[in-house]
This record gives sequence, structure tokens and C-alpha cells, in this order.
Amino acid sequence: MTNTAMDKIEAIDPEHAKMVAEHNMAPDEYAVLVNLLGRPPTEAELGVAAAMWSEHCSYKSTRVWLKKLPTEGPKVLIGPGENAGVVDIGDRQAVIFKMESHNHPSYIEPYQGAATGVGGILRDVFTMGARPIANLNSLRFGEPKHWKTRSLVAGVVAGIGGYGNCIGVPTVAGETTFHPSYNGNILVNAMTVGLVDSSRIFTSKAAGVGNPVVYVGSKTGRDGIKGATMASGEFDANTDAKRPTVQVGDPFTEKLVLEACLELMATDAIVSIQDMGAAGLTSSSVEMASKGGLGIEIDLDKVPLRETKMSAYEIMLSESQERMLMVLKPGRESEAEKIFRKWELDFSIIGKLTDTGRLVCYRNGKKEVDIEVGPLVENSPVYNRPYEIPAPPPVVDAAKYPLPKGETLASVLEKMLNTPDLCSKRWIWEQYDRHVMADSAQESSHNADAAVVRAHGTNKGIAMTVDCTPRYCAADPVMGGRQAVTESWRNLCAVGATPLAVTDCMNFGNPEKPPIMGQFVGAIQGMAEACKALDYPVVSGNCSLYNETNGEPISPTPCIGGVGLLANVNNMATITFKGEGEAIFVIGETKGHIGQSLYLREIHSKEDGAPPPVNLTAERRHGKFIRNAIAAGEIKTCHDVSDGGLLVALAEMALAGDIGCRLDISAPDAAFWFGEDQGRYVVVVPDADNFQAKVQAAGIPYLLIGQTGGDAINVAGSSVTLDKLRQAHGGWLPNYMKG
Amino acid sequence: MKAAVVVFPGSNCDRDTAVALEHALGKKPHMIWHADTKLPKLDLIVLPGGFSYGDYLRTGAMAAHSPVMREVVAQAKNGVYVLGICNGFQILCESQLLPGVLLRNESLKFICKPVTMRVESNDNHFLRKYEAGQEITMPIAHGEGNYFAEKETLDHLEGNGQVVLRYRENPNGSAHDIAGIINDKGNVLGLMPHPERAAESLHGSSDGAAMFRSLVEALR
Repeated sequence: MTNTAMDKIEAIDPEHAKMVAEHNMAPDEYAVLVNLLGRPPTEAELGVAAAMWSEHCSYKSTRVWLKKLPTEGPKVLIGPGENAGVVDIGDRQAVIFKMESHNHPSYIEPYQGAATGVGGILRDVFTMGARPIANLNSLRFGEPKHWKTRSLVAGVVAGIGGYGNCIGVPTVAGETTFHPSYNGNILVNAMTVGLVDSSRIFTSKAAGVGNPVVYVGSKTGRDGIKGATMASGEFDANTDAKRPTVQVGDPFTEKLVLEACLELMATDAIVSIQDMGAAGLTSSSVEMASKGGLGIEIDLDKVPLRETKMSAYEIMLSESQERMLMVLKPGRESEAEKIFRKWELDFSIIGKLTDTGRLVCYRNGKKEVDIEVGPLVENSPVYNRPYEIPAPPPVVDAAKYPLPKGETLASVLEKMLNTPDLCSKRWIWEQYDRHVMADSAQESSHNADAAVVRAHGTNKGIAMTVDCTPRYCAADPVMGGRQAVTESWRNLCAVGATPLAVTDCMNFGNPEKPPIMGQFVGAIQGMAEACKALDYPVVSGNCSLYNETNGEPISPTPCIGGVGLLANVNNMATITFKGEGEAIFVIGETKGHIGQSLYLREIHSKEDGAPPPVNLTAERRHGKFIRNAIAAGEIKTCHDVSDGGLLVALAEMALAGDIGCRLDISAPDAAFWFGEDQGRYVVVVPDADNFQAKVQAAGIPYLLIGQTGGDAINVAGSSVTLDKLRQAHGGWLPNYMKG
Repeated sequence: MKAAVVVFPGSNCDRDTAVALEHALGKKPHMIWHADTKLPKLDLIVLPGGFSYGDYLRTGAMAAHSPVMREVVAQAKNGVYVLGICNGFQILCESQLLPGVLLRNESLKFICKPVTMRVESNDNHFLRKYEAGQEITMPIAHGEGNYFAEKETLDHLEGNGQVVLRYRENPNGSAHDIAGIINDKGNVLGLMPHPERAAESLHGSSDGAAMFRSLVEALR
């Protein structure tokens, strides 16, 4: 804070200076607020404005850049700006999905932080009328040897499972990696996919002056107050003291809210509906009013409270979970109330829509908030922060990193499968109910490129995946952003799905530092390139900035959640080797790019070089070929080649099918087998000649590298049994968690 | 045959169970709300999986005291067939329609994975479409599936042929590897694995479908 700015505050209202700082509010923002009100704010008004203008709610550092992402397409029904994105899947059905971070709370209190992350994203999806059909997550932890990592893994996993299992939505896919850059700031990104009748989509836009504003769900307590402003600042030595800002979740109540909302949504009583997430009643009421261009008047005495003597400030800023705000059509109150009472939930008419354009709140008969909604939203600050995009490092010469002395391809493979990022995550996903709703066709246990969930009552499959390779993004944010989108697209193609659209979760450090802002800008640029080239628009998203502790930022992590459609769920491909003597092909070109590869990091202890380049034209061509061949029934077995390279992909396929393989190609160098060149798939088919003719006709580069069979992986004169690989792959995480 | 699925607040396998039942039955089962105290005339009542009442107090404990359960207990005593799956099994134990109790898994963690069980006896209406000794696979998904009863009770269950489903590899610490038991009269069965999640090829196993078909055939 500059001295002049501090003087300005003190000149206006010395008592507020401390509060302004506590709310991570910039002094200039305070001046705007005073100007808007024409008087000093009340405590509640200060809280409302600070929350609305927090990075978390206002996207003030990122908004100018997020506009660069393509958000439209023929299948997009609703893009960014609502609670979640909506994409048409035909037959009057749509999928609604979004990913959101709960990073800061999960570091402070891992179980509740992760659990309420899941609860929050589920609400975003069912607020719009969809029944949630799947949860996914992307988790980044610090290095395994860091003293906090083990307990954070245990707590986050238990929290995700605790919430998803209870509410009865399957957790079908995810990714978990470890890196020292997350030692002080873990990432917990949760995604929910829901299914909706496309004629029954609900939005938050309020309408109808005089219409009742109704509060439903749980009671309001003092939990999570200032959560949004907390998540808009860095951590320091006193992070543990922030525990009271973390919300406490109750999945049982959310299950009731879900069922009650869907039951009411089957009628036509609702005008608009909005969940109370970050900044609780503040953001939900402001959002509804501003979208409808109306005012809203709330009697805070009518809000169901869990604790006594709560102030207007506390009620407006509480982030108690499992609450919804809705506007009903006049005269429909008792019908709605009956449904919520049946589900034993609170239901209270707390206010009405007005034509004043103002948010007005009363507490104990006293007017505590009276602020114009339009300017509160429009005057929210927008920063064009300075940025520096780092130049990509030079490409690493693969010849400098041969197999270490005494090692073979097989022995290195065994070592790599026993590392934190490549090992089996069974210890994690066995704690998640992956089968409830009885429509899961592929989930984590299949080690699938993408999970596949059947659209209930149909034969259609919804494919979904979450992806990001932070080490690529750290080296070259543009290429990293491009790769994250492309890998997600490729993963959908690999199961046979047509990619539809993405949601993003942008996790970065402090945007006030130009190199960090540069990472963000670069990643957006790369993402935009890929989304455009692949017809893969962004329909929803979330930014989590200030992931720093004592000035140490996380690796840039623009996590991508992709969703695709399979016309026939029975036609999907899996990674599993299905029989002996089948031909193994690699589609796409293998050049042996080892810069930023896991081979380089795990075997040579180097994080170095440019990440592998992504050729979007080739990606598009290869993906289309793969999808068409799967749809035609020509490919049943397919796996995208990503982390760890070709040999790791083959090992995963062999382990899934409990069938080995013999790789006859005479290319013994490590870079060929462990390089992470993009745009590649392993395809296994019974009839080599027939398939070869098809790839040749399509003009796509390929290699026939061997065939399935036996109980070992034989590669260039070295060999390792599947039993040993299974031990290596399955052993790391459970051994680590045992401590 | 008239079948019903009970819906408690927090049930989350009610729909899946109804779908599997409908598949075997050819018509939709009744869905009964936990507050209902008057049940239609039924041949089969299914208590589905989930987290009734949020698993608060103890799994199944609150559901056992819900209005509908008084009626279910009365009907079970009159010979109506009752199947409890997962949380339904826990509720049957807490209602004392079945002996014993389900404790937390030995690992203290929620476990979701396919398990293989041996059908110890098919001499009942629930399992008649299986062979005795047949090995069948269904998923489990529970935090409290660790069956416990005192020695005399276990001896009685074993001696009386009431342990009808036994894990091949014990996933949760259950006494005697018990996956499912039946009551003395043979009209109340509880099991932890989910037959409704192993009911068609999409599920990877359709071994559970025969349980619903057994009931439909027997109670036709």
C-alpha cells in the first residue's frame, strides 16, 4: 500500500483503514465505494463491496485475458457467465459442467476444504436444473518428503470421498501429482458434470418486480466468513490462523437440497435460482439482481440462523454451505414450501425484488446495506496488470541423456512406474464410490484416458477428463496451455468420443508480479490457440490466484476439464490389451522429445528444456482418424501417449489386460521409448494388415512396433515381468501413505 | 408380484435398485417415502443403499426408528420378503430383523471395488437362480461393512445355514468373511455388495441381476 493511498483512507475514515486492509481491499477500491455511496460505508457494506471486488469474485486481474478464449460453438447453449456451461448432446438433452478450485481452504483444513469444494461445484451444476452424474478432480500436492504432504493427501482424499460418496454422485476420474512448488499451496480442483433436459435449464437472472425472494437449505452460521477475500491473498507463517474462514460441509443436507430443488424444478414455480457459494448471500443476491437489472430488498431477520446475535455483516458474508436463493413466481410460495418441508429443509421468504436497482438489507429493523447494484458490479475494478511471458528454454539434446550405466529399458520402466506421478492411484480412487447411479462405463479403475458415463436411460456416453502438465507450463506457458487443452481433447478421442467443450480452472501465483501474470497470459494464449484449432470452446471456468506462500509461487497450472459425446456407449475403446498376438501400432510421429519429460526428471534428476511442441493440425487429423475408426468398430483398444512416453503407455495397457507384449522395433534409445512427443496414440488391433492399409490411406504417420502376448514386457533385448511391474506400479502410494 | 423400494432422506441407490428391479419385473416398483406409515400390499420390500439420515449417530440407526420401518418390521414378521443392500443391510441389523451389526471397515477407510463372493446356499427365494458354491462378482462401496456378531450368534448363523454369501477375499474385516446373511425364516436377506451395480454388461459384471430374477420368479 502506498503512503498516499493510506493517507487517502485515513482522511476519509480512519476507523476503516484496518478493515480495508483485512479484506485485501485496495485503497483505491475503498475510495470508489465511498464515492458510490456518497458517505462512509457501514461495516456490512464494506464487507459486501470487498467480497464482490475480491479477485475471487470479480476476476479483476484476469477478466481482460479470459475474453481471448473462444466461448461459442454450434453445440454451446450457455457459455461462461452463468453458474456452469451448458452444451447440447442431442435428443433434447444437454450436459452442464464446470470445474472450480478450493485450494486455499484445502491447505488450511484438508478434509472440509476438499469436501466443500465438491459440494460447491455440485451446487453450481444442479442450480441450473441438472442432475449431477459425475465428479472429477485434479489434485496437486507438494513433494512427498515435505512434512505436510502425507496428511494433506489423506485429508483431501477423505474429504472428496466423504462428500461425493454420501450425496451419491460417482467420482469417476482424476489426476494426482506431486511437486515441491506445491509445498505451501496444494491444488484441489473439483469438476461436476450434470445432465439436463435442454428445455428446463435454470439461470440466475431475476425477473418480476415484487416477486418473492426465497432462502432454502441449511441455516446460516459463522463459518466461512471472508472466505472469498481469504482466497484472494497469499499465505504466510500465520496460515493456520485462517482456519475459521473454511466452511464446513454436510453432504446429507446437500443431497436433500438437490432432491428438493429438482422436485421444485419439475414444476414451473421458479423464476431464477442461484446457489450461495463464495461470498454467500452477498454474491447470490447481487448476481441475481444485477443480471435482471433490478433491485432486491432483504430482511436479514428472516434468514434462518444457526447461531444467535449474528450481525448483518456476518449474515451477508457467511459461506455456510448447502444454501440456495431463488425467486419464485407470485403465489407459488406454499407449493414450493411444501416440497422443502417434505425434505426437512429450511424455507424462508426473506425479501422481494424491487425496481430501485439497489441492494437493501435490514437487520433488527435497521437499514444496514443500501447500495446500488449496477455500479457495484460494473465499477468492480479491472486491472490490466503488467506481464512478462518468459522465453521458452532451448530444446534438450536427447543424446545427452542415454540410459544410465547398468540400466536397461525394462529396468528403467520398472523404476518409472514406481514414482509418485506415474504410480497407480488405486489408494485414492478406491475410497471414492465410482459406481453409484449405475451408469459408469469407464472410471478410474480402468486407468482410462477419459471416464465414460452413460446418459441415464439412453445409449449415449458422456466422456470426461481433467488434464494439465504443470511442468510444461512452467517451462513455456504458451505451449503448456496449448498442451493442456490438446491432451484433454486427445483423451476424449482415445475412448472414441467427439470432444464438445471445456471448462478451465486457472491456478496461478500472485498476479501482481509480472512474471506470474505472464504465465497467466501465456497460458491463455496457448489455450485459445488450441481451443480454436480443435473447435473446443470454453464454456465455464474459474481462476485461483495468489497461490503463493512467503513469496514462493506454485507452478502455473491451467487445469482443463474436457467433455465429449459417444453416440453409442457400447462402442467405446479402452486401454486394456484384449488378446494375445494382436498388433501394436503407434499413431503419430515419435521423435524422442525428452525436454520436461518424466524420464528426464525421475531418472536424470533434471527439470530442463522446452516442453514437447504441440502441432494442432496433426492433432486434429490424428484425433479424427482415431474417433472414426473407433466408431466403425475397427479399434477397441487405444491409449493416448502422455506422461512417461510410449513404454509407460504400453505398460499401463499390459497391466490393465494382464497380457504382456513383445516390442520388436530396433530403436533401443531411451528417448524413443520415454520421450513425450505429442499427438500420439497406441492402437492395438487383431488384423495388422487391414489396419495398416487404413492408416496409410489416411496419410498419418505410424509405426508397427510389436505384438501382445506373454506375461512380460520384452523391449529391445530387455524384459520385465508383469508381476514386477504391477508391484512397482501399485506399491508406491500405499507404501508412502503407510508412512 | 408387488415390489417396493423405500426412500429415506439420504438414500442414494433407490433409483439404481428400482431400475434393476424393473428390469427383472417388467414394471416399475413402488417408491415408498420414509414418512409413509401405510404400505400397499407387497410381496417384496427393498431397503436400498446410501446414507440414510446422513449416517448420523450410527449407520442405519436412525432409519431403524423411522415411521416406515415400524411397518416394514411388521410386514417382515408377516412373511413379506425384505432385501437390504449396503445401507439397507445396516438398517436391517439396527432394526433387529437380522442379527449382528456392521462396524467400520478394518482399514478405517471407505472401500469401493468389485469383490467375489461364494453363494453358500441357494435354498432360498433370493438366490435360487445361482448354483450353490457359485462364485459371483459385485462391487462394494461402504465405510461400514465389517460384519460383527458374538460367537454364539455366529455359530448359530453358520449351523443354521444362514450365512448365504461369503467373501472369497475379505475386504473389510467381516467375521467369518460374511458378505450376506438371511434370517431364520428365510424372508429377510441383507448383503453389503451391490447387486444393482452388477446388473448388465455395462457394469462389467451382471452377476447381480439373477438376485432380482430369483425374487421375481419365486414371488411371481
